[in-house]
Amino acid sequence: MNEYSLEIKNLSKKFGRRQVFNNINLSINENTIFGISGANGSGKSTFMKIVAGVLTQDQGKVIHYINNTPINSEKLLNHIGFVSPYLVLYEEFTAEENLIIFSKIRGINYDVEYTKYLFNQLNLYKRRKEIIKTYSSGMKQRMKYIFALIHKPNLLLLDEPTSNLDSEGKSTVYSIVNSFSKEKIVIIASNEEQDLEFCKDILHLENYK
Amino acid sequence: MKMFSRAYNLFIKDLRSELRTRYAINALIMFILVAISVILFSIGNEKIPPQLTAGLYWVVIFFSAMSGLSRAFVSEEEKGTTLTLQLVANADIVFSGKLLFNLSLTFFINLIITFLYAAFFEDFVINNFSLFLITFFFGNIGLAISSTIIASIIAKAGAKGTLYPVLSFPILLPLILTCVQLTIFCFDGINIENSVYELAIVISYDIVMITISYLLFDFIWKE
Repeated sequence: MNEYSLEIKNLSKKFGRRQVFNNINLSINENTIFGISGANGSGKSTFMKIVAGVLTQDQGKVIHYINNTPINSEKLLNHIGFVSPYLVLYEEFTAEENLIIFSKIRGINYDVEYTKYLFNQLNLYKRRKEIIKTYSSGMKQRMKYIFALIHKPNLLLLDEPTSNLDSEGKSTVYSIVNSFSKEKIVIIASNEEQDLEFCKDILHLENYK
Repeated sequence: MKMFSRAYNLFIKDLRSELRTRYAINALIMFILVAISVILFSIGNEKIPPQLTAGLYWVVIFFSAMSGLSRAFVSEEEKGTTLTLQLVANADIVFSGKLLFNLSLTFFINLIITFLYAAFFEDFVINNFSLFLITFFFGNIGLAISSTIIASIIAKAGAKGTLYPVLSFPILLPLILTCVQLTIFCFDGINIENSVYELAIVISYDIVMITISYLLFDFIWKE
C-alpha cells in the first residue's frame, strides 16, 4: 500500500496588499482528518486551492509525498480529490458522461463497477443518465463527491463539505470521510462545528495573519 | 502519446459540448453570412482589384476568428468549470486540447468563407492553387494558436469582448498582412519560389507563437 503524506513549509499568500495567511508550517500523514477553520474570507478556499496545486502561493512550498518520494506536479492531480461549493461540473452532459469525460482527460480507465458503487452510495444511480443541469443543488454537491473519488485519490480536500446537503446527505459524507481517512488523508475546510468534529487537528487561519 | 490522447479527449469534450450548446458555431456562421452579404451589397456591380479582394477575404477571416475563437476559454470561465478542468488536467494538456478545438473550428469556418468567396466574388480567382493551400494551412494554424493563447489571457478579464480584438490586432497583424500579400500572389499566379520570403514569415510566426504559448500558458492557467 502507498503511504501518502503532505508537508507545508512557510506558506504565505497575498492578494494585492492583503495578506491572506502568512508562514504556515505543517505536516500531515496518512490516516488523518485535518481541519482548517476560519471566518468567511479568512483564506480557507485559497489554502485548499494551493494544496491542490491549482493556485500558486507567494512564498513557501507544498510538497506531496508518496512512499517518502515527492510527487511531481504533472502527476499530482490524479492523487487529489476536491469537493467545494464553487466547483462546477459540465451541466450540458449527464452525470455518467461527466465521469467518463473526466476519466478520459485524466488518462485513467473508467471503472464501471466502482462508479456504480459510488452512484449507489451517493444515492444518484437512478438519475445518472440525466443532465447535471436538471439536478438540485444538493444532488450536484453529492455528484461532486463521485467526481472527487472516481480516480481513487490519496488526498481528499473538502471545502465546506456539507454545503447544500440534507441530513441524509451529510451522514453519507461523514461516512465517506471516516472510511477514506482509515487509509488516506482528508483535509476539511469549514466553519461548521459538526464538520470539524472528526478532525484530529485543526489549523485556525486567524493565527497566521 | 498519452498526453496527446488526453488532449484529444478534451478536444472531443469541447466538440460535443459545442454541438449540444451551439455556443460559438451559430454566431460564427451568422457573422460570416452577414459580413459577406454586406460586402457583396456594397460592391454591387463594381469591379474590385485583387488587392482589395484579398484584403476583404482576410478581414472576414480575422473578425470571424475574433467572434468565435475566444469561446474555448471564455465558455469555461462563464460556466465556472475552469477549476474543474484545472483539477483533471495539467496546463499543457488543456492548451493542446483547446488548440485542437480552435484549429478545427478555424479550418471549418475558413473553408466556408473560402467557398462563399469562390462562389460569389468574380475576382476571387486563384491562379496558384498550391501556394493558396500552403498559405491557407499555415495562416489558419497561426490564427488558431494566437487566438487560443489570447483567449486564455482575456478569459478572466471583465471586458472580454473589447479586450480580445484589442489584444489580438497587434499580435495578428504581421500574420494577416503577410497572408494578404500571399493571397495576392495566388491571384497573380506567382510561383512558390518567388514567395519564399513571405512563406518563411508565416511559418516562423507559427513556430514563435506555439513556442511562446506553451511557455506562457502554465503561468496563465495557474493565475
